[in-house]
Amino acid sequence: MTAQSISSEAMLDLRGVESCYGNIVALKKVDLTVNRGEIVTLIGANGAGKSTLMMTIFGTPRARKGQIIYEGRDIAGLPAHEVARLGIAQSPEGRRIFARMSVYENLLMGAALGDPSSTAGDLERVFAIFPRLKERLTQRGGTLSGGEQQMLAIARALMTRPRLLLLDEPSLGLAPLVVKQIFDVIRDLNRRDGLTVFLVEQNAYHALRLAHRGYVIVNGRITMSGTGAELLARPEIRAAYLEGGH
Amino acid sequence: MENFLQQLINGITLGSIYGLIAIGYTMVFGIIGMVNFAHGDVFMVSAFIALIIFLALTQLLGVSSIYVAIFIVLLASMLLTSLWNWTIERVAYRPLRGSFRLAPLISAIGMSIFLMNFVQAVQGPRNKPLPPMFNEVIHVTSGGAFDVTLAYKQIIIVAVTAVLLAGFWYLVQKTPLGRAQRAVEQDRRMAALLGIDVDRTVSITFVMGAALAAVAGTLYLVNYGVVSFSDGFTPGVKAFTAAVLGGIGSIPGAVLGGLMIGLIETLWAAYVSNDYKNVAAFSVLIIVLIFMPSGLLGKPEVEKV
Ligand SMILES: Nc1ncnc2c1ncn2[C@@H]1O[C@H](COP(=O)(O)OP(=O)(O)O)[C@@H](O)[C@H]1O
Ligand SMILES: [Mg+2]
Repeated sequence: MTAQSISSEAMLDLRGVESCYGNIVALKKVDLTVNRGEIVTLIGANGAGKSTLMMTIFGTPRARKGQIIYEGRDIAGLPAHEVARLGIAQSPEGRRIFARMSVYENLLMGAALGDPSSTAGDLERVFAIFPRLKERLTQRGGTLSGGEQQMLAIARALMTRPRLLLLDEPSLGLAPLVVKQIFDVIRDLNRRDGLTVFLVEQNAYHALRLAHRGYVIVNGRITMSGTGAELLARPEIRAAYLEGGH
Repeated sequence: MENFLQQLINGITLGSIYGLIAIGYTMVFGIIGMVNFAHGDVFMVSAFIALIIFLALTQLLGVSSIYVAIFIVLLASMLLTSLWNWTIERVAYRPLRGSFRLAPLISAIGMSIFLMNFVQAVQGPRNKPLPPMFNEVIHVTSGGAFDVTLAYKQIIIVAVTAVLLAGFWYLVQKTPLGRAQRAVEQDRRMAALLGIDVDRTVSITFVMGAALAAVAGTLYLVNYGVVSFSDGFTPGVKAFTAAVLGGIGSIPGAVLGGLMIGLIETLWAAYVSNDYKNVAAFSVLIIVLIFMPSGLLGKPEVEKV
């Protein structure tokens, strides 16, 4: 297996990004970097602006100020479908499985942009990661369990052959065992395949243990950053995000 | 009995045309949650395009085989009507997307009036006739009170409809394009995250709806032999009724609804009264909606953001 190669080369670099819903400023001067080969996590309470940050990368809402540099190019202002074509994939908040499509069709949607001749191989690859999906292939997306839907959302994102994978609260509402499974997959994708991952979580303990580096967001502002271990050790993090858990 | 069989044949013919138009309503509603009030007029425009091309082919270019002529007319009308509807969407609807909910609806009503007046101005207010064609009939029964007949044009209408629906079904269910359309219909933001160009997909939906409306327009012309600028309205309303009856957003529902409206109308006219045939169709709609609010084959949730 290839050794993990984390470079200090920024793959994604947010510089002073602000975005709004109407008059409400949801992100304030956000600076955040994801280097190639890293798992970076963003933790914060409900409503802090984590999902907004994910979606701002995809242009909805549009960044009103600042730059979003991806692989050396400012992508702020690009529409979502063009961002997707640059090799960024997202498993969004709420998983957003196409409920009236089969598991198979949901996966094909991930392959919509790719070369059709590589679809079969890519399907085998995601089935190797999530064997459960292969068993559920003809089942409608809407009838899957929460854990299966999360697997499908990640698998669908992987079908786009991303270089950068964005995951928005993949552990939300899942049983601890399933959470562990999902986090193991994320770790494998990163360590084994070298996939760069940007992970948004409320489940701070697991996320910080998994990630190389982390950021904390409060009311749309980045308040802290550091390596996963550093952040885990900080008393204010323990108090705010790790209370009564784990 | 003979009469009933005859009306059944007539009703299915008419219903095929309604079904083809209804698909355009239902797909556009499914994908952007908008009732395209101008769709009936797009259908009417397509019948005029068909008429003009037919006359040009037979009288100017001397195409003698009527089958060849109709085939070319069908293709050309589909193409030109699609282009027309694509333009309408770009000019009148897309700029208003994301505006307040009723804006595209009002724009569509305006477009409907524009199309009607435009055709009236260019083509004149009177019916435009076509020489009769495909009038040969097959006698299905004979020797009874009267003969049940199946006109060639009825066979053509039902056959063309069936072939097109099969092709269309394949397109929507089995191709990447159809999958993208269904994805945008279910969750446009997610579709965009996967690289689907939502605007382009919506455009294609208008093109497909127009192509089917053009088939309906051509078949309508073949069936009745005349078309006038106001002929978009009543079939348009009927087809919309068919789409709602079948469950708006559902393509099989649109076809089923079309056939039902066609049959109800024909049977009512034959057995009850010719005067209230339109009322009959709407009454059935109301009764169905009372018991099945989302239509016969509709999905329970139709709310769009
Ligand atoms: N579509 C929206 N329109 C208006 N306000 C929104 C919208 N989405 C999120 N917000 C607001 O933006 C803030 C950040 O929300 P969000 O990014 O969803 O937080 P998180 O993902 O961290 O829970 C919240 O105050 C939320 O109410
Ligand atoms: Mg969120």
